[in-house]
Amino acid sequence: MNISTSSSIELSNTETIPGRRIVEFYGVVTGNTVRAKHLGRDILAGLKNIVGGELKAYTELLQDSRIEATQRMVEEARSMGANAVVNVRFATSSISQGAAELFAYGTAVRVE
Amino acid sequence: MAQNLELFFNFGVPLLLILVAYFFGSYLEKRHYTSIRAREEAYFGYPVVTFDTMPEDWRVSSSTLVDGSVVVSLDYFKRIIAGLRAIVGGRIKTYEPLLDRARREAVLRMIEDAKKQGYDAIFNVRLDTSRLANARGDGRGTAGVEMLAYGTAVKFASRFANSQ
Repeated sequence: MNISTSSSIELSNTETIPGRRIVEFYGVVTGNTVRAKHLGRDILAGLKNIVGGELKAYTELLQDSRIEATQRMVEEARSMGANAVVNVRFATSSISQGAAELFAYGTAVRVE
Repeated sequence: MAQNLELFFNFGVPLLLILVAYFFGSYLEKRHYTSIRAREEAYFGYPVVTFDTMPEDWRVSSSTLVDGSVVVSLDYFKRIIAGLRAIVGGRIKTYEPLLDRARREAVLRMIEDAKKQGYDAIFNVRLDTSRLANARGDGRGTAGVEMLAYGTAVKFASRFANSQ
């Protein structure tokens, strides 16, 4: 599972879809999700914190959340009639103790 | 006896944790670096660039967004060293390799994501670092740093179409 296979719409983080021409702009589309870490994961991560290194459970959690945020953005783009989202950007912000917001935004367009 | 036990819990346990963290942490770090170097060597020659436009001779048949991410935590030993470092200021050498290998791991995962889907190159690569909040309200507990690498992967129709 990754960010691109989760959608039927073409995505890129450049200003165009490579090799295609943009024929119509629909505007900015966004998608977000706020996730909290769950307790079991947190206890394991706490143990992992002693030795350091990767917290796999968190990596997966954030990756899943990013896919979900992207899907929401794609849904918005599809409802506008777009077939691609260009210049996609990601942002992660921790809004409170134990919760993080994953945010994806881009420009919905129609390409040839 | 009770006093000894108290002494053990107050100083022995933290000291033990520091030692375990130090030895186990540096062992894991060494192993991770070995794996990173091997994979970086294996992907040598796979074009990964930060340009936001493609080189002119690339003729592309399809493209997609790819990403790779890692969340790392700071180990007990490193945090204590950094805490001491913060008193006098200066370079915190224990954190540098941690962030370095996390970032390189994120880039490698992005490349693996692209290769797995059959893409030939990645351009407009962007790297992001974000800090995750502590799990507990008192400012202690689990905190992590997320490294994210993402870019646009492309499939070549014919790579050197322009260079005959």
